Amino acid sequence: MGNPALDAAFEGGAAFVPYLAAGDPDFDSSVEYVEALERGGADVIELGLPFSEPIAEGPTIQNAVVRSLEGGMTPDRFFEFVEALDVDVPLVCMTYYNLIYRYGAEEGPRPFVEKAAEVGLSGFVVPDLPAEEADPLREACDEFGLDLVFIVAPTTTGDRLDRIMDRVSGYVYVQARLGVTGAQDDVSGQTASSLDRLSEYDVPKAVGFGIKTGDHAERIVAGGADGIIVGSALVDIVAEGHENGDDVGAVASRLEEKARELKQGAERGFAQRAPEAERT
Amino acid sequence: MSETTFDGKFGDYGGQYVPEALMPAIEELNDAYQRYVLENEDGFMDEFRRRLRDFGGRPTPTQHAERLSERYGCEVYLKREDLLHGGAHKLNNALGQVLLAKYMGKERIVAETGAGQHGTATAMAAAHLDMPCEVYMGERDINRQRPNVFRMRLNGSEVNPVTVGRGTLKEAISETMRDWATNVENTHYVIGSVVGPHPFPAMVRDFQSVISEEARAQMREKTDGLPDAVLACAGGGSNTMGAFAEFVDDEGVGLYAVEAGGSSLDVDEEAGVAPNSASLSTGSEGVLHGARTKLLQDGDGQIMESHSVSSGLDYAGVGPELAHLVDEGRVTAVNVDDDAALTAFHRLSQLEGVIPALETAHAFAYLEEHADELGETVLVNVSGRGDKDLESVIEETSKRDIDIAPDMDAFAGGF
Repeated sequence: MGNPALDAAFEGGAAFVPYLAAGDPDFDSSVEYVEALERGGADVIELGLPFSEPIAEGPTIQNAVVRSLEGGMTPDRFFEFVEALDVDVPLVCMTYYNLIYRYGAEEGPRPFVEKAAEVGLSGFVVPDLPAEEADPLREACDEFGLDLVFIVAPTTTGDRLDRIMDRVSGYVYVQARLGVTGAQDDVSGQTASSLDRLSEYDVPKAVGFGIKTGDHAERIVAGGADGIIVGSALVDIVAEGHENGDDVGAVASRLEEKARELKQGAERGFAQRAPEAERT
Repeated sequence: MSETTFDGKFGDYGGQYVPEALMPAIEELNDAYQRYVLENEDGFMDEFRRRLRDFGGRPTPTQHAERLSERYGCEVYLKREDLLHGGAHKLNNALGQVLLAKYMGKERIVAETGAGQHGTATAMAAAHLDMPCEVYMGERDINRQRPNVFRMRLNGSEVNPVTVGRGTLKEAISETMRDWATNVENTHYVIGSVVGPHPFPAMVRDFQSVISEEARAQMREKTDGLPDAVLACAGGGSNTMGAFAEFVDDEGVGLYAVEAGGSSLDVDEEAGVAPNSASLSTGSEGVLHGARTKLLQDGDGQIMESHSVSSGLDYAGVGPELAHLVDEGRVTAVNVDDDAALTAFHRLSQLEGVIPALETAHAFAYLEEHADELGETVLVNVSGRGDKDLESVIEETSKRDIDIAPDMDAFAGGF
């Protein structure tokens, strides 16, 4: 179970995993924005395939979804988008289950996963698919060698944690706080206890929800995370550039710069952990 | 009870498709549903029944509709849920869930509403049981249903406008789920219909099944038998499942779920718009708002904007149990268009002195068109009263040529 590309991306212990909605605000600009993230130091990129009812997202990503859908994004366009990208890091598709379930002539998730494998995606994050309903997608991922990332929330404990960890591969997405996606001004105090609960499980732990600055990234990785996931703080840059009518190259530069800040923060955090790692 | 599920599945439908942060709350709710609702722990159901009677005004009557019977040449009976406190069947579920939230030790209620009837019922139940309550409502629906917005506020609830998308029920449900995901530790989400993740579809059906439990006994008393057909309008499907639940095992009773055919059954895939809300009649299988069910969606699986003259039916999905019963052939899914529903609204008002909710009017429109196929005795669930819809009715009637309607110019220009 699993995909070697994602395993490799987390080997350094300070992986930077940015998110952008594919096609936000349009196909061509979005290709440039995603490529800028790799230049800035992304180790894995989560690409959002927009769904019309994104119930786990806050306003920033909801608005990105609307822009992308209005720009004509569909599952087939999304696969073209992935093929159009010139990046070497693994790509993970983040979307809602209905789009996966409905794709292709055959009922169920298999056609979507087969196509995802064909265009070179490495895995999936599906926010509205809990472990209880995930077996059909897990089986298809196993068949085509893709990872299935699950989210662990601050409320997830006990049997649920075991159930998720039985099915997860690639990395586990540690939700830093309750609520929906969105950049925050400080690091959630819930992160440390979430990482503690997960310490016995042998899978990379990437923390997301609310991370905005290099300083946040540093503190979270220093606190034991193997990676950080950042969405809204990057989508904000795309949104602002779009609203101001900025040049695509200028927006891409700002994304690259922000990515570098976050990646360097994660590396600083990991350096603080190194002596501890040497002792053990 | 028509079917009690413990895994949350009705055939292929149902399940639990929600963000992980909500799953522990859903497990906790499922546990509370098993103990309090199904096993009557701590006398929960006794208290629920008592409050339904004393606060809600149950039982509601089943009335013989003399003039409709004469018109259609069959015996028509009306289950008068419009006489329940608040003016709609919604109180059965809202009271049940707010009481359950209290038993669970929750401190705060959130709810979504389309036409405002569920929001109103939840606000009333929350005031009655002393729970703080916030209601999410699409901005477009707020404009269509001002009396209900005012009623919610009078009962002390906050009404939060939802501006994303088209500003109707679908967006309000998504927004309420976001609130719940943020405040899940102390908050209960009172879902307004037999939709959402398990246990909501089964639990809401159980709270609403008091409708068919009473109607079944009342029909036996009045007619010495059971009706040949039961008609109920279907949006999400809570009054439908409530009216059908106790008749599901009575194979001689035909069950008709009447959907909103809107202005047309065709869809505009390009624009992502369905000019109807008939997900049982025209939808396809998919996953939305926590459950696998029948949905109005395009070929890619994006959810369509639905339409109905009645905001209470204006939803792109339907309860999973109802979808299952339709697939099984136990329930017949039918639909009528906006014009027929509006005409039926006026007809019932004039013939029986009952002003129905626009939702309910859909069931009467089907009766008008198909009375001769339904048998000798027909029971129609009057899911709610129409006071909330008067502004919409005046506006929509004046756009059409409805010969039995009063002169609408008189409403606009004084009498």
